[in-house]
Amino acid sequence: MSSEATIRISDTLERRIREHGQGTYPNECCGALLGKDSEGVREISDILPLKNQHKDSPRNRFILTPEDVREAEAQAKRTGSELLGWYHSHPDAPARPSEFDREHAWPWYSYVIVSVKAGRADEMNSWRLVEDRSGYDAEKIEVNGQGDESTPASPTSTGAKNASHKAP
Amino acid sequence: MAVKVLIPTPLRAYADKQDTIELAAATVGEALSALTTRFGDLKKHLYGENGKLRSFVNVYLNDEDIRYLEKESTHVNDGDVISIVPSIAGGKLG
Repeated sequence: MSSEATIRISDTLERRIREHGQGTYPNECCGALLGKDSEGVREISDILPLKNQHKDSPRNRFILTPEDVREAEAQAKRTGSELLGWYHSHPDAPARPSEFDREHAWPWYSYVIVSVKAGRADEMNSWRLVEDRSGYDAEKIEVNGQGDESTPASPTSTGAKNASHKAP
Repeated sequence: MAVKVLIPTPLRAYADKQDTIELAAATVGEALSALTTRFGDLKKHLYGENGKLRSFVNVYLNDEDIRYLEKESTHVNDGDVISIVPSIAGGKLG
């Protein structure tokens, strides 16, 4: 996997992910990323917010069922897009994958993590599992503005280009 | 028995970019074994170091979760479809 991988997302969708994380705070939010993959650049055309199905520890865990995954795949198929990955929030924690994230990660998917600090969405990063499952490569996030000046894209979106991360 | 195994998007890169693989097998376990023998790189994503299917790997036989059948010993018939469906999980605590 190239460390030059990029995902492009509109400021509207980026804001929706942030708002989802704020809305479920102090619990983790989660959802699907739909769009097109083209030679390392992924264009996110829609997101599918989903319910965190974790009953015991939704403040520090999320889980989606196989039925959720099938629903996301079906939604992608209906809209002529692909299921490119998943997003979730880390309440009061950095937007970096945990060891638990790594253990449960799938290759190829993009994993967007938004940090939500004291109820406010903060840093957002995207990651892809490396080939040998030992860690992640960071993906650059490009947020495309759509002229909505009243709600600027967050200045804290980071690309972390060329970075990599091994979960602690 | 000839069965089809549906490969989820994240694993297609390890299966010659195919979404469906046809295999001969008598059980679900045999089909998965034949699959990972043919495509060795799939193994680390489907099986943990203990040799068991990872907990977030779900296997369906014709839309029935094999956990509610006879798991990997579930017998297959000609034309059956085996689907590998991810569960997605994570969280901030290591």
